[in-house]
Amino acid sequence: MSTLVLDGVSRWFGNVVAVNNVTMTIAPGVTGLLGPNGAGKSTLIHLMAGFLAPSTGTVTLDGQPVWHHETIYRQIGLVPEREAMYDGMTGWEFVLANARLHGLADPESAARRAVETVEMTGPSDRDIGTYSKGMRQRIKMATALVHDPPVLLLDEPFNGMDPRQRLQLIDLLRTMGASGRTVLFSSHILEEVEQLAGSIQVMVAGRHAASGDFREIRQLMTERPHQYTVRSSDDRALASAIIAEGGASGVRLERAAGAGSSDGAGSSDVLHVQASDYSRFVRALPALAAKLDIRLFAVIPADESLESVFSYLVDR
Amino acid sequence: MNATVAQLTARSLFGRRRILLLLALPAVPLLLSLIVRMATGPDEQIARTLMQTLTLGTVLPLFALIAGSGAIGPEIDDGSIVYLLAKPIRRSEIMWSKLAVASASVVVLAAVPTFVTGLILAGTADRLALGYAVGVAVGGVTYCALFLMLSVLTRNAVVVGLVYALLWESMVGGFVSGAQALSVQQWALAVTEWIVGARAQALGVEAGVPLGAAVPLLLVVAIGSTWFAGQRLRSIRVTNEE
Repeated sequence: MSTLVLDGVSRWFGNVVAVNNVTMTIAPGVTGLLGPNGAGKSTLIHLMAGFLAPSTGTVTLDGQPVWHHETIYRQIGLVPEREAMYDGMTGWEFVLANARLHGLADPESAARRAVETVEMTGPSDRDIGTYSKGMRQRIKMATALVHDPPVLLLDEPFNGMDPRQRLQLIDLLRTMGASGRTVLFSSHILEEVEQLAGSIQVMVAGRHAASGDFREIRQLMTERPHQYTVRSSDDRALASAIIAEGGASGVRLERAAGAGSSDGAGSSDVLHVQASDYSRFVRALPALAAKLDIRLFAVIPADESLESVFSYLVDR
Repeated sequence: MNATVAQLTARSLFGRRRILLLLALPAVPLLLSLIVRMATGPDEQIARTLMQTLTLGTVLPLFALIAGSGAIGPEIDDGSIVYLLAKPIRRSEIMWSKLAVASASVVVLAAVPTFVTGLILAGTADRLALGYAVGVAVGGVTYCALFLMLSVLTRNAVVVGLVYALLWESMVGGFVSGAQALSVQQWALAVTEWIVGARAQALGVEAGVPLGAAVPLLLVVAIGSTWFAGQRLRSIRVTNEE
């Protein structure tokens, strides 16, 4: 059982702060590192894996610093995001080479066990260059597991996987976590993290935005105010009805560019709605429109990008 | 030395199309020597000129640049170096293993053909063939260590290496006598001169640096570069994006 501890860790590159004062503890079990692209997840994983020096703060594994400490890799298995391996080798040769690099007493049986764990025994005698994305991912997993490490770090392991491969990897990681390993994987997709991680750490713009189990994070995300852009046959009437109904805290009518002639929809205005009670608003809107005989042309959530969802958590 | 690191290095160095370049470069002086031999018969002067300017002056730095930077550069570029770095292996051991592979390629693919070139044109007379072969070997190992280090220090190692090899070694080192003290080529030539022995001067095998300075310099640069590269490899940044 191993625990990774980040204490006040920052990392900057020139003027760019990639990781900003992060303190977190990664305990045994599966932890998801969630955040949009560019949030600093990879930098954080590199810091945890000892590939980057923290500009300030410390990263320790069971009390030992990971930076400039090569023997720490007896305890860490790393699955990098990048695809590159040594082409011109078979999967088996590559995993075996990794076992030898670890200086294991019996590299052959360690490699065989790792290849079996990721269910690659059959294709392992083929050249890595011929592998599909999912196969490459599994061989990468095997190289990380070959020395049976208590800590497993995976950088965007689900990227580019098809649903079946995804399920296999989820099963595998779940098993690893259940057996007492400390498993950390990064992802920018909420659903992946939801399915797998017992505990979630959210990163946004280099900062540690939230942590907790999935329910807590989901709650934070749905409770935030939502914005919608609505176009209808009578925006003014709809606006007053929405405000009267109570699910929204504000509406704003905006005259669209080229107003009056473009679409013949009866109105070329745009209605911006700030929904205070998300679920109430989405249920009320179609009912209101039907009652007032207003046609809805477009209902667009204005800020559903992951970036804005996460930003809310930071600004909260 | 780590056998697995060496094995992986050899695979990526000799794999892909790099091996063709490594075979082709030393073949140029070899073929030229055959042509000269058939046209004019054995000739020590031509042998010296060919091995001096073509082999030692041009082919060797290029060969070592390909072998030295090829032994680690591609792994750093494509990120596969993480598989070496995420292991409990001392970083200096990784560098020494890579230098061993690059050096072996210099000896087998550059020094041996040089010896044959010398034999074809000059026979065993005055140990000219042996002298240049050993010069190519020791110079090549030092060049490889330098270019290996460059590859760890910068992503533009090939460009920097080319500038060094072509501009510094062949231009500055050739014309400015003071610069010869800082030329791997001259250090290697000092070893050649020593092996050729008594008739070296008469044949024009003249290094700009005495042997007593050349040997320590070769050792210091080869060992120092590899040591420093090992230090820098400890802190090398493995980025995700290109």
